Amino acid sequence: MKAASRPMIEVSGVSKFFGSFQALSDVSFSVQDGEKVVIIGPSGSGKSTILRSINRLETIDRGRIVVNGMDVSDPKTDISKVREEIGMVFQSFNLFPHKTVLENLTLAQTVVRKRSKKDAEEIAMELLRKVNIAEKAAAYPAKLSGGQQQRVAIARSLAMNPKAILFDEPTSALDPEMIGEVLDVMKNLAREGMTMVVVTHEMGFAREVADRVIFMDHGRIVEEGTPEHFFTSATHERARLFLSQIL
Amino acid sequence: MSENPTTHTPIAVGDGAAIPHKSDAGLFTAWRIAFFGSILLCLFLAFGRPDQYLAIFKFIPDGILVTFKVTVGGILLAIVFGLIAGLGRISSNRLINGAASLYVEIIRGVPLLVQLFYIYYALGRFVKIPDIVSAIIAMAFCYGAYMAEIFRAGIQSIPKGQMEAALSLGMSRRQAMRQVILPQAFKVVLPPIGNEFIALLKDSSLVSILAVADLLRRGREYASESFNYFETYTVIALVYLIMTLFFSKLISMMEERLNEGR
Ligand SMILES: Nc1ncnc2c1ncn2[C@@H]1O[C@H](COP(=O)(O)OP(=O)(O)O)[C@@H](O)[C@H]1O
Ligand SMILES: [Mg+2]
Repeated sequence: MKAASRPMIEVSGVSKFFGSFQALSDVSFSVQDGEKVVIIGPSGSGKSTILRSINRLETIDRGRIVVNGMDVSDPKTDISKVREEIGMVFQSFNLFPHKTVLENLTLAQTVVRKRSKKDAEEIAMELLRKVNIAEKAAAYPAKLSGGQQQRVAIARSLAMNPKAILFDEPTSALDPEMIGEVLDVMKNLAREGMTMVVVTHEMGFAREVADRVIFMDHGRIVEEGTPEHFFTSATHERARLFLSQIL
Repeated sequence: MSENPTTHTPIAVGDGAAIPHKSDAGLFTAWRIAFFGSILLCLFLAFGRPDQYLAIFKFIPDGILVTFKVTVGGILLAIVFGLIAGLGRISSNRLINGAASLYVEIIRGVPLLVQLFYIYYALGRFVKIPDIVSAIIAMAFCYGAYMAEIFRAGIQSIPKGQMEAALSLGMSRRQAMRQVILPQAFKVVLPPIGNEFIALLKDSSLVSILAVADLLRRGREYASESFNYFETYTVIALVYLIMTLFFSKLISMMEERLNEGR
C-alpha cells in the first residue's frame, strides 16, 4: 500500500543512452495522484524516451523510476503489473488491425484482467459511448478516421482502469480537423481527475489543462512550472525561443 | 480517411511467382492452357492410346496419394518447425537464438537430397517408424529452415508499435505474440507459405529414392517392368504438372478471398 503522500510517478536522476548517444541526462520530476503534467520541447529532446521509460518500453541506465509504489527501474519488478496500472496512448494509435473496435477494447480485459467476455464487452461499450464512437464497435480500425482511431485507443487504455495515462503526441499524426475531437476526450478525462502525463505541441491544451509544464531540451529538463509562468515569464532562453516559434 | 500506420506491406520471400495472379494476364492465360491442356492430353492418351497408356494410369494412383500425403504432412510439420525456429531467430535469449540460427544456416547450406538421405538414415538408425513418416520428417526438417525465415520476416514486418501497445496494456510478451503479432503475421506469411507448398510438392519427388512409393517411384517401378520409359515419364510429368497447377490456383484463390475479407 502506498503512503498518502507518495507520488503516483516519481522519476529521479534518470539517464539513458542509445549506444554512445545520451538521450536523457539526469531527469527528475514527479507526478502526484490526479495531476496533469504536460511535457513540451523540440523534436529529439527526449520526451518520448522519458515517457516510454515510465512503463519500461525503454530501460534506463541510471536513476530510479517508481510508479504507484513499484520500482520500474528494478529488473526484478514484474513490469506487467506496472503496465496494467499505467495506460499509454501513442502518436500512431497502434490499434490492433485484425480485431474489431470492440475486440480492441476487450482483449486485454479478458487476457490480463481475466474479466468475462460479457463484462468486458459491457465495459467496452460504455467507454466507446464515452468517447462518442459506440456506433463503430463492430468496425475494423482501418475503416476509421485517425481521430476516431485515437479515441478508440484512449478508450482501450481506459478499459484497464489505469491509475494514470501517458500520452505521446496523441494528436500529431492527425489531420487538423480531427485534433479537436481527441483533445476534447482528453479534457474530459482531465476533468474527471485522471492522472495524466502528456507530450504535446498543443499549447492551448497545455494552458487549459496542465497543472505543470515541463520543458525539455537535449535530454534535460530545462524549465518546469505552471502554465502561467511558462507562457508569460519563461526564464530559459531555449524555452522562450521554442514558445515563440510554436505559439 | 487518413493514413493508417498499421497496414503493412507484403514481404517478398520465396522464389518468384509460382502462383499466378489474375492481374498477371499472361501467366493467367498460360495457366489455363497448361492446366486444361494437360488434362486433355491425359484423357487423350488414356482413351486414345489405351494399349500403351491405360495401364500406366491404373498403376500410379497409389503413388499420387503418397505424394499428396508427403506434401501435406511435410508442409504442416514444416510450419511447426518453421514457427518454432522463426520465433527462436528473433528471441533475445542467446542460446535459443543461436540454436535456431545454426539450424537455419546448416540446412540452407546442404543440398536437399543429401539432407533427405542423411535424416532418413539417421532416423532409421534410432527409431522404428514407417518409411513415409521418416520421409515426411526429413522433408519438414529441411523446409522448416526456409519456413523459419518466412516466419521471422513475417513477424518482423508487423510494426513495432503493435507489440508496444500490447505490452502497455499489461500483456506478457507471450500473450502479445499469440494474440496480436502472430495473427497478423500469419496473414503476411500465407502467400510465401503457398509458394513453399508448391515447391515442396515438386521436391517431394526426391523421396522416391528413399523406399517411399510416391508418384515418381511408382513410375520408375512401372517403367522398369514394362520398358515403356518415355510413355511412363510423359504421364508422370503431366500428373505432377496438373497437381502443381491445381494447387497453385487453389492457393491464389484462397489468397484473393483473404484479401477481400477486409
Ligand atoms: N531506439 C533508438 N535508438 C537510437 N536512438 C534513439 C532511439 N530512440 C530515440 N533515439 C534518439 O534519442 C533522442 C530522443 O528521442 P525521443 O525521445 O524520441 O525525442 P522526442 O520524443 O522528444 O522527439 C533522439 O535524438 C533520437 O534520435
Ligand atoms: Mg517523440
